[in-house]
Amino acid sequence: MIMELKVAEKSGAEILVQTLLDLGVDTVFGYPGGAVLPIYDALYDHPKIKHILVRHEQAATHAAEGYARSTGKPGVVLVTSGPGATNAVTGITDALMDSIPMVVITGQVATNLIGSDAFQEADTVGITRHCTKHNYLVKQPSDLAGVLTEAFHIATQGRPGPVVVDIPKNVQVAEAEFRSHNGKINPRYQPQIDGDFKAINEAAEMIMQAKAPILYTGGGIINSGPKASETLCQLAELLGAPVTSTLMGLGAFSASSEQWLGMLGMHGTFEANMAMNRADLVVCLGARFDDRITGRIDAFSPNSKKIHVDIDRSSVNKTIRVDLPVIGDVGRVMEQLLAVLKGRKFNAPDYEEWWARIKGWRATNCLAYPESKTEIMPQEAIRKLWEATHERDPIITTEVGQHQMWAAQHFDFEKPNKWLTSGGLGTMGYGLPAAIGAQLGDPDALVIDIAGEASIQMNIQELGTASQYRLPVKIFILNNEYMGMVRQWQELTYESRYSNSYSDSLPDFIKLAESYGWTGILIEDPSDLEAGIKKMIETDGPVLVDCRVAKLANCFPMIPSGAAHTDMLLTPEDVKGTMDDNAKALV
Amino acid sequence: MHIKEEKVERHVLAVLVDNEAGILARIAGMFTARGYNIESLTVADISADHAISRITIATNGPPHVIEQIIAQLDRLVPVHSVRDLTEAGPHVQRELALVKVSGKGENRIEAMRLADVYRARVVDATTESFVFEITGAPDKIQTFVGLMREVGLVEVGRTGVVAIGRGPDAA
Ligand SMILES: Cc1ncc(C[n+]2csc(CCOP(=O)(O)OP(=O)(O)O)c2C)c(N)n1
Ligand SMILES: [Mg+2]
Repeated sequence: MIMELKVAEKSGAEILVQTLLDLGVDTVFGYPGGAVLPIYDALYDHPKIKHILVRHEQAATHAAEGYARSTGKPGVVLVTSGPGATNAVTGITDALMDSIPMVVITGQVATNLIGSDAFQEADTVGITRHCTKHNYLVKQPSDLAGVLTEAFHIATQGRPGPVVVDIPKNVQVAEAEFRSHNGKINPRYQPQIDGDFKAINEAAEMIMQAKAPILYTGGGIINSGPKASETLCQLAELLGAPVTSTLMGLGAFSASSEQWLGMLGMHGTFEANMAMNRADLVVCLGARFDDRITGRIDAFSPNSKKIHVDIDRSSVNKTIRVDLPVIGDVGRVMEQLLAVLKGRKFNAPDYEEWWARIKGWRATNCLAYPESKTEIMPQEAIRKLWEATHERDPIITTEVGQHQMWAAQHFDFEKPNKWLTSGGLGTMGYGLPAAIGAQLGDPDALVIDIAGEASIQMNIQELGTASQYRLPVKIFILNNEYMGMVRQWQELTYESRYSNSYSDSLPDFIKLAESYGWTGILIEDPSDLEAGIKKMIETDGPVLVDCRVAKLANCFPMIPSGAAHTDMLLTPEDVKGTMDDNAKALV
Repeated sequence: MHIKEEKVERHVLAVLVDNEAGILARIAGMFTARGYNIESLTVADISADHAISRITIATNGPPHVIEQIIAQLDRLVPVHSVRDLTEAGPHVQRELALVKVSGKGENRIEAMRLADVYRARVVDATTESFVFEITGAPDKIQTFVGLMREVGLVEVGRTGVVAIGRGPDAA
């Protein structure tokens, strides 16, 4: 029997901080306010927890996402009640959509005031119920350590996601006995890790019979950890099959491999989309058949058998019906699959005919773009950025828009955890705070936010955060003076009626950067592109590059929403007429 | 452009959940957030230590939506298990209703007669009103309430469906 020792009482705030330390938290992104003052006071005595003071709570959540996505550790956020919590909602939702492990601690008004419309009261648990994996309102300081331990467990295990812990101010002040909860695991949430053996065998059987297989990989592989990427390489090598990926999965498989087809989906490559369409076996590994990937559902990979490996059962058969679901951690399931295939002495055929067809599709050279001597082509800028930096394994974050898609298309990723982008929610304003989070996770890394001039303004205030913590983050703005992606859709769908998509009254980004203590670099001429990029990399400290690019360039290839993979637009010349209402109704 | 509707099936689900604050909002909110239908939802604590509640949900949707509903319920942290009773086989569905009718003369006699046929019990009576208690499958209650409408229905309260599988085993 274990002796029940009398333990000293601590305040809720101290219990919180102590539990964070026990759980290995060393970085918290936050912003203070009335309802979290007791916690901030407790933090004052704990220099081991580094608190990063952002300039807006949304940025705290994206910074936590960037930190999490690049390090594999959960991101931790601390904000006050009311506006602090509501400002965090966008980043929480973003983390839910992209399966990012995150724990958000929100202050709340005292329990006796809840429901009275008290100052800075918001129903945080109600508001975040559907944008979290789980959330809590803690009513007793004695519950805090247990709840936080469970919150971290839920955020990180299974399909990762954000968890909100709402703590009323009186619970932060009141005292309770405190025992460390370290090491205790939660019996009520235990996701399945190993794939069902029968299903794995069946998968192996299907693979052995395929004549035109393709591996379709997603963010789940990144979430599973770097080992999963290695296993993917081994599996791909054994199979000799082509590999494509979602936006979120880029980097899990080396872009320099012969088997790499490039990204899949709306702005994916012709060869990836055609191969998906013509494959006889699709092995989906940690991806979820998102609408940006599938295009028109009834035309998606019509003749293939489909295997879907996912840790979240609700992802199976959600949009696309599959022949064989395998529930489990994708890294683990790939290991199991490899073992079975090797056990059966599987020797992949060389899929000669299959590769010959792929070669044909590759020959369209779908990522080619028009050249210009007078204007900087945005694609060219990305390519030059890649050339100048790839040897340093940079971490690339993005905002949302054309620049994001060009980065996905033209920047080749070789390793996991180096590509941080808002995929599911598509949140403009993600890139700069995410870069700050990533830089904190790896102070020596070269971290670059590839941005648009519109998106960057959504969290531009975070220039100050990077200055304060001496973070040498680089921002590379592809400035086309338009909300380019909106403009492109208006061009293609609404006869170039550019309603409110011009970026008017732009600031002087260079002066703006300088006012925050950053270095600003203006690149206007194609002949200055390389030198400008070189200067950005060689300048110590944070640098903002305002790179003026062709204003009306479009991002191709493109599958118009609601169209089939085979109806890809490769060049502007492929675009004819206006879209009908059915197409217009799709996002 | 017009928006298409799909053919739906009715399913009754039994969901065991942690008996904790907000659980009902979490379940009901998941249905609204994802656009699923709730025909009826009942909940009560069922374990000796009050730790577990059983929620019975009658819902409808095309088969692939029902499959999603079950998977989406199952991934909520406080949900222990989800059983599709409709899929599992024979089961009993019951609902209780309290039905108030008022009237005199022929209507009153007719109400009493119908109550007798439908095995509804009188739980309150005045010279010009009755309150009937009726239990049964939802369609029986539906029919009874429909009939009462013709003889002086004043108001009706229904519990919503509870259901349980037939035979010796738990679902
Ligand atoms: C918060 C938010 N609001 C609106 C949108 C819709 N949206 C998607 S891309 C885009 C334009 C982005 O413009 P910019 O940052 O200049 O990038 P570009 O497309 O020009 O490269 C807009 C408004 C969004 N994704 N996120
Ligand atoms: Mg732009």
